[in-house]
Amino acid sequence: MSHSQEQMISTDIEQTLKHHEHKNLLRFITCGSLNDGKSTLIGRLLYDSQMLFMDQLVALQNDSRKWSTQEGDIDLALLVDSLAAEREQGNTIDVAYRYFSTDKRKFILADTPGHEQYTRNMITGASSADLAVILIDASQGVLTQTRRHTHLVSLIGIRHVVLAINKMDLVGYSHEVFERIVEDYREFADKLAIENCVAIPISALKGDNIVRPSKAMDWYHGSTLMGYLETVEIDDTRMQRAPFRLPVQWVNHPNPDFRGFSGYVASGTIRPGDRIRVQPLGKESRVTRIVTDEGDLSHAVAGQSITLTLEDEIDISRGSVISTVDAPAEVADQFEARIVWMHEQPLYPGRTYLMKIGTNTINAVITDIKYQINVNTLEHLAADKLDLNGIAVCNIGLDRSIPFDPYELNRDVGGFILIDRLSNNTVGAGMINYALRRAHNIHLQHLDIDKEARSAQKGHKPCVLWFTGLSGSGKSTVANLVEKKLFNLGAHTYLLDGDNVRHGLNRDLGFTTADRVENIRRVAELSKLMVDAGLIVLTAFISPFRSERRMARELLPEGEFIEVFMDTPLEIAEQRDPKGLYKKARRGDLKNFTGIDSPYESPEAAEIRIDTSTLSAEEGADRIIGLLRERGVLNS
Amino acid sequence: MTDSQSLTHLERLEAESIHIMREVVAETENPVMLYSIGKDSAVMLHLAMKAFYPAKPPFPLLHVDTRWKFREMYAFRDRIAQELGMDLIVYTNPEGVAQGVNPFTHGSELHTHIMKTEALKQALNKYGFDAAIAGARRDEEKSRAKERIFSFRTAQHRWDPKNQRPELWKLYNARKQKGESIRVFPLSNWTELDIWQYIYLKNIPIVPLYFAAERPVVERDGVLIMVDDHRMPLHEGEAPMMRRVRFRTLGCYPLTGAIESTADTLPAIIQEMLLARTSERKGRIIDQDAAASMEKKKQEGYF
Repeated sequence: MSHSQEQMISTDIEQTLKHHEHKNLLRFITCGSLNDGKSTLIGRLLYDSQMLFMDQLVALQNDSRKWSTQEGDIDLALLVDSLAAEREQGNTIDVAYRYFSTDKRKFILADTPGHEQYTRNMITGASSADLAVILIDASQGVLTQTRRHTHLVSLIGIRHVVLAINKMDLVGYSHEVFERIVEDYREFADKLAIENCVAIPISALKGDNIVRPSKAMDWYHGSTLMGYLETVEIDDTRMQRAPFRLPVQWVNHPNPDFRGFSGYVASGTIRPGDRIRVQPLGKESRVTRIVTDEGDLSHAVAGQSITLTLEDEIDISRGSVISTVDAPAEVADQFEARIVWMHEQPLYPGRTYLMKIGTNTINAVITDIKYQINVNTLEHLAADKLDLNGIAVCNIGLDRSIPFDPYELNRDVGGFILIDRLSNNTVGAGMINYALRRAHNIHLQHLDIDKEARSAQKGHKPCVLWFTGLSGSGKSTVANLVEKKLFNLGAHTYLLDGDNVRHGLNRDLGFTTADRVENIRRVAELSKLMVDAGLIVLTAFISPFRSERRMARELLPEGEFIEVFMDTPLEIAEQRDPKGLYKKARRGDLKNFTGIDSPYESPEAAEIRIDTSTLSAEEGADRIIGLLRERGVLNS
Repeated sequence: MTDSQSLTHLERLEAESIHIMREVVAETENPVMLYSIGKDSAVMLHLAMKAFYPAKPPFPLLHVDTRWKFREMYAFRDRIAQELGMDLIVYTNPEGVAQGVNPFTHGSELHTHIMKTEALKQALNKYGFDAAIAGARRDEEKSRAKERIFSFRTAQHRWDPKNQRPELWKLYNARKQKGESIRVFPLSNWTELDIWQYIYLKNIPIVPLYFAAERPVVERDGVLIMVDDHRMPLHEGEAPMMRRVRFRTLGCYPLTGAIESTADTLPAIIQEMLLARTSERKGRIIDQDAAASMEKKKQEGYF
């Protein structure tokens, strides 16, 4: 071979390599009902995209003679139905992954089985997919399975669906049949959150609209299936624009001089110099290096496996999540989640499972099955257990707090599996909707008065100072000040802070209306006991509903319930937003937030109103002390 | 400030493999990496060096040696292990040695069973490894398309295709009972082209047998077999002839077919592969058995 020839080939191949290297990747799943031609479709995609190697074809011809269900032609389905066991069964029994590429894209296809008892496999295949191809047999129309598949696809958060209406050859390539099926489908699918759904009429067997446009369906002017898969826009940098999350996988500490934190970047971007927070500890530091064997990186993005070093020596172990300080993860130990059950042994509330989420494995209990979802009709059903392939919305409690994001914001820190503690099987998968007790939003108030101090009891009357007002109205600040002043006056006090109580007594309660009611009931009862013990009790809860405040008032003898209305216009409270909660609520990340999507009912006859837009905290506290003197609680 | 960058396919694969290896180290007690000296092992080892840098990968390499590998493979193995400072365990089935098992008198199937499948089980038991990281890819062979990344084996090292755990997102359940073990395949999602491209991109050393050179071969049943040492019994009238050949996969030399080729650079190899109409494992005689042979081997404990 001459030098110039070799050079030319070498140049060409290098260009080929570059081209191939810069192709992007589409991961998709195919789902279909039994016998609607899924394996044939996949075989056709592989066959027509000419990625079949010759000897695979030869093997296929041999197999076809032995196993074929098609007379004469090569049976494309045999290309993909692989395990010997399933050949004998005549259907696919598991998730199979296929790899192929065209000039434009690389593809990883998760081939998922259609029949009901293998829903878990579909969820498995779908969990890493960007797009789903849902197959419908044109001669059958929309089936129960179609609804199930669509619901699962929506549940797992796939944003793109291709409705491949197959076997068009069996219905005479009828435009009318196609339109009717699309209409039937949309009626169901429109109820689900699928961003982008496209319907394509195909015949996998005959090759219509797979790779080549169909001559038999000139009424169809859209893309072929392959054409669509090659060009559909997948926003693969979306996670890079989300807040930074690095679940720490492994601490790299080979010698005293190096301590690195390794993990897969679940979202966001990081660069040396960025300030980070380590959760659930809450400690902060700064990134010094992003270390690789090919030299340090100037930045790293979602989708990379990296190793970071930090400025400060912080005790970080597997399970910690590193976030940037501007948008840390939430931390909680109770959640509402959607759960898909994957095991023959049903899920029972109250039983302990292991939950693996990110790099954490913790004990978890399903505290309540709120409702099961009928995946065919989307109806909510009452349930006291969840059987194989059942889907339910549940409350889950953990034995310690973990950092997380809701699943819809971040699959890799909001998705989890449940593991049976005895068999070690993966028995369920779940997706966090939100935290029930928002530990992240609940900053522990530092109490200036300790127990010993309080016990130095002095002569005063007991009562409850019941602070109420919007988040950010200054309840805790003023209540704290009042307690300090009372302490200095020698009073025996106790501050029940909304946040502190939720860490203990009321840890099982969330933020739904029912839970808020129960929260206030318990606080009221507790206050009553403390008043019985002779204390001045200060409570600082939003307590937005009049009826609950009335209930608390009615628990106590006349004159011992003093309602303190922290009157702050919503605009001002929202402007203060000391914990950033309003911002989250406005974004829709925080549900049932008082003032935004949950009402605040102002008191009609509070004992005292503190207008925090005109008064300082100090002035407000003084007025309250003044009132206590007036009412004879304190000796004047 | 726009830091956002669409990662290439290879960058995604690399990150995934590194994540998988770190999970193994974090979640198992005594992992080992199976090192077969081939191109997939080369990529896997390169990724392991990356995953734990600047530390060394916290596991040894295990080479299950049938004693019938190419001489160049042994030389390459020892050089790489030494250069990278990796602990290398070489294990050969002593019963197989005592019985003089070889591919000529015992045939490929029995040889592979005793010297690879059984030997691997013995080695895992002997050293108490609870996780073995191996370089199998799903695109290699049909029965592997359904293999999990974390694949469970009973205490008898058997693989039950119907009783594998669902794998969702990037969550691998590595929990197991005493005696059970896991085979982990960090290259599951790589294709043959990806492997070659990555070797090219990162300049990863590979055994020279992958490159075309003049080598002594004999032709048997349409397959070119290299006469790598004196143990190769020649048939009546058979004489080694020098041919310009290379190997697309590497295994026991009497069981590994050479292809005639002039490809002596990586781009040329990749080009040849891209144009090739024979898939990768055709060169391996053990796969020419019944269609479901690999599945059967896997159930017995072969990778």
